[in-house]
Amino acid sequence: MATLTFKDFKSDQEVRWCPGCGDHAVLAALQRALPKVSQALNYDKERYVVVSGIGCSSRLPYYMDTYGFHSIHGRATAVSTGIKVANPWLTVWQACGDGDALAIGGNHFIHAIRRNIDINIILFNNRIYGLTKGQYSPTSKFGAITKTSPYGTVEHPFNPGSLVLGAKGTFFARSLDVELKLNEEIMTAAALHDGCSVMEMLTNCVIFNDGAHKDLSDPAVKADHTIVLRHGEKMIFGKNRDRGLIYDGRKIRAVRIGEGGFTEDDILVHDAHADNIGIHMALADMKGPDYPVALGVIRDVKDITYDDGVRDQVKDVMAKSKIHSVDELLRSGSTWEVE
Amino acid sequence: MQHKVIDAKDVVIRFAGDSGDGMQLTGSLFADMSAIYGNGLSTFPDYPAEIRAPHGTVSGVSGFQVHIGSSKVSTPGDFCDLLVAMNPAALKANAKWCKRHAMILVDEDAFDEAGMKKAGFTTDNPFTELGVEDRALIVAPITTLTQESLKDSGMDNKAILKCKNMFTLGMACYIYNRPLEYIYAYLEKKFAKKHPEVIEPNKKVLNDGFNYASNIQAVPNTYTVAPAEHLEKGTYRNITGNQATAWGLLAASEKSGLSLFCGSYPITPATAILEELALHKSLGAKTLQAEDEIAGICTAIGAAYAGSLAVTTTSGPGLSLKSEAMGLAVMAELPLVVVDVQRGGPSTGLPTKTEQSDLNQALYGRNGECPMAVVAAHSPAHCFDAAFQAAKIALEHMTPVLLLSEGFLGNGSEPWRIPSMKDYPEIKPPFVQGLLAEGEKFKPFERDPETLVRKWALPGQKGFEHRVGGLEKNHAGVLSTDPANHAMMVAERAEKVARIARDLPALEMQNGPASGKLLVVGWGGTYGHILSAVREIGEVSYVHFDYINPLPANTEEVFSHFEKILVCELNSGQFADYLRAKFPGRDIRKFNKIQGQPFLVSELVSAIQKEM
Repeated sequence: MATLTFKDFKSDQEVRWCPGCGDHAVLAALQRALPKVSQALNYDKERYVVVSGIGCSSRLPYYMDTYGFHSIHGRATAVSTGIKVANPWLTVWQACGDGDALAIGGNHFIHAIRRNIDINIILFNNRIYGLTKGQYSPTSKFGAITKTSPYGTVEHPFNPGSLVLGAKGTFFARSLDVELKLNEEIMTAAALHDGCSVMEMLTNCVIFNDGAHKDLSDPAVKADHTIVLRHGEKMIFGKNRDRGLIYDGRKIRAVRIGEGGFTEDDILVHDAHADNIGIHMALADMKGPDYPVALGVIRDVKDITYDDGVRDQVKDVMAKSKIHSVDELLRSGSTWEVE
Repeated sequence: MQHKVIDAKDVVIRFAGDSGDGMQLTGSLFADMSAIYGNGLSTFPDYPAEIRAPHGTVSGVSGFQVHIGSSKVSTPGDFCDLLVAMNPAALKANAKWCKRHAMILVDEDAFDEAGMKKAGFTTDNPFTELGVEDRALIVAPITTLTQESLKDSGMDNKAILKCKNMFTLGMACYIYNRPLEYIYAYLEKKFAKKHPEVIEPNKKVLNDGFNYASNIQAVPNTYTVAPAEHLEKGTYRNITGNQATAWGLLAASEKSGLSLFCGSYPITPATAILEELALHKSLGAKTLQAEDEIAGICTAIGAAYAGSLAVTTTSGPGLSLKSEAMGLAVMAELPLVVVDVQRGGPSTGLPTKTEQSDLNQALYGRNGECPMAVVAAHSPAHCFDAAFQAAKIALEHMTPVLLLSEGFLGNGSEPWRIPSMKDYPEIKPPFVQGLLAEGEKFKPFERDPETLVRKWALPGQKGFEHRVGGLEKNHAGVLSTDPANHAMMVAERAEKVARIARDLPALEMQNGPASGKLLVVGWGGTYGHILSAVREIGEVSYVHFDYINPLPANTEEVFSHFEKILVCELNSGQFADYLRAKFPGRDIRKFNKIQGQPFLVSELVSAIQKEM
């Protein structure tokens, strides 16, 4: 098998996202992650299928030189599901936005997670509707002023992490568009995860929601406002790496190491593989000003996948059944002869 | 009174009771038994939407009509020779379906004051109130007799009362001289594992019903219906339309070598297709019970892209939900079979009743210029061939195909001479062959010059990486908003579907001469009724359409030999309007019924005679 490089995954199509759009960086991370995944899993390029719904980020399949399906609004998850169940040998990646996955496609999204279908979902969350030019989305902050909420929204946003873990998701990661290295790492982990992987990418929309995540991405505050979680590593963050997360017997708390009697020994070690979903929920829910926002792979646990279940059941029934052809089927049960 | 055994050519029996009385089972058992006995057969379940509607009310009445004959039977029959009514409501809802000389068998115990009141009777004689007092009335205390029969069975009273239908079936078996062995075998098989203790009591109560009917004087005559002669030799089975649809799809899967994928959401009256396919994993079928109708079709579209014979099954309201995704399948030019088992509409409409009113939706119900092939099944057994053909068209022409069935067909059953799969054609999808030359790119929408069909490359095939989707593209598969390209692609997609006609069988006369004053036209599930009507009249010309879009190539030719055309359909004239648009200037008339019920042969006869 020839070694693949990021060039192998770049299509000849002109990338038509706005200059400065966060989607460019996520695409670049994916094109860099897939050669590594291919190496690790011994996959050829023709094995990849990239699926999307409708929205700015859903143009992504055209920019990948793989098999691709640009479907209809909200339905990418259902199309991905069909592809994966029909041919579990394929490796399915999906691009969808916050409107696509969480508004019009919310139903398919939660059910794919519930079924634990082995697909890799990149959720581009810019907290705005870009392609329709600036209406609020299900992740827009409460009070957001947009074209359809000129006086501010009066609805609560979804936290995608809570939604995924609430549906008993087996893999959830979060990152910022600009974190190229971390995103490659997350995408590789998602590919290695056998089950439904959701990667929330906090992306910037330069036109309609510029600075959507600047409270996290601004270099001046990033180290203090975010924490990168890695399995087996202590949950330490801050510009001076002097802050960390502890469990005080009731809840997680962010503390300063060396203050209030807390030492580095008190800091929690991240266990992404812990079966107990409660700690992952707490980590996914963290937000300022009391907590840093968690980035990295928050949860990565093994469970039965739907696509394997379907395939194994077919094999099992085939082995046991007496009916192996349509002729046999037609003659099964009550029949009679006319002489 | 002298008891006679009369040899009848055909009889119609209607079983009616509360929706929890087991009438569907009783009717199907009677039907299956008659099928195995060798009779011609057609059945028609007529049941309410509620699983257990208010006990004893007219709205909760569930019916099952069986028509058996000593020759081939085409319809479930307009009116019945025996009405079994398990309570006053069942009598009230069904008395109008009794022939002049019909027998009416009722459970006397259910005709108490409360029962009569619930059914809305205002006098104490239901028979005179309904004007059926002159029929042969068999008034039997079925509840009491069932309780008496099973008092030593060890069953509790609730379980005993559930056996009333078996007592009644026993009586019906006596009246029509049916052997009980088939039902014995059924009971033994059904209860062997879980409830072996109820086998003997059920047999006993069935037998007691049979003997009771033979002992009372109330049964005026008994009847025999001889096995049908002149039937083609072969192995037969009884089959419902929904089962036949599922099996036809499995046959297409086998003949194409592609595994079947069905993504569906349960909906009356289509659910049984999904249930049936779920049983047949041994033939490689994968079924996915989706979270909604849209996911049903979208998972199927994904499976089609991945190389399955992809199917989604639904009924009218579900078809509405699938509209956008059908457009995606048209645009991506992927093979897909969408089965619509039509029910009464609009909206939730009459979920358990039959209609042909989704035709316009099938033809036109999508945004943009969005042509889909439309195929219609004409009888329960024909659902097999219709499903097979729908899948063949989809796979060979790279297009979604809508298969129209109807509640009447899906739930109805008839005997079917089991075909041999060697008599069915291979299905050959236009897969890409070989490898591309170095540097050559696969053009997903490049077309065969004859059929305008594109090639099918499956994910996993090296070098054929390409993108499909809902946005307009050029032949190379590249996004294009070029006006001329859009005009060309719209025209090509339409012409591709139109050219399917080249593969379709010619329209043939079902009855009467090939030219004359009047041509009767039907489509879909009205076939049996219209055929019976034209045969009854005699020399009336009749054609029936299994292919709606495109129409058979000789349609205009056939029409040109007639002065006027009468289109009979169970809607307000959708097919007639379609034909008028296709063949302007022809004298195309309508005969329509939109009551959620099949045609009666008698009303077709008078409608046709009026035009003659």
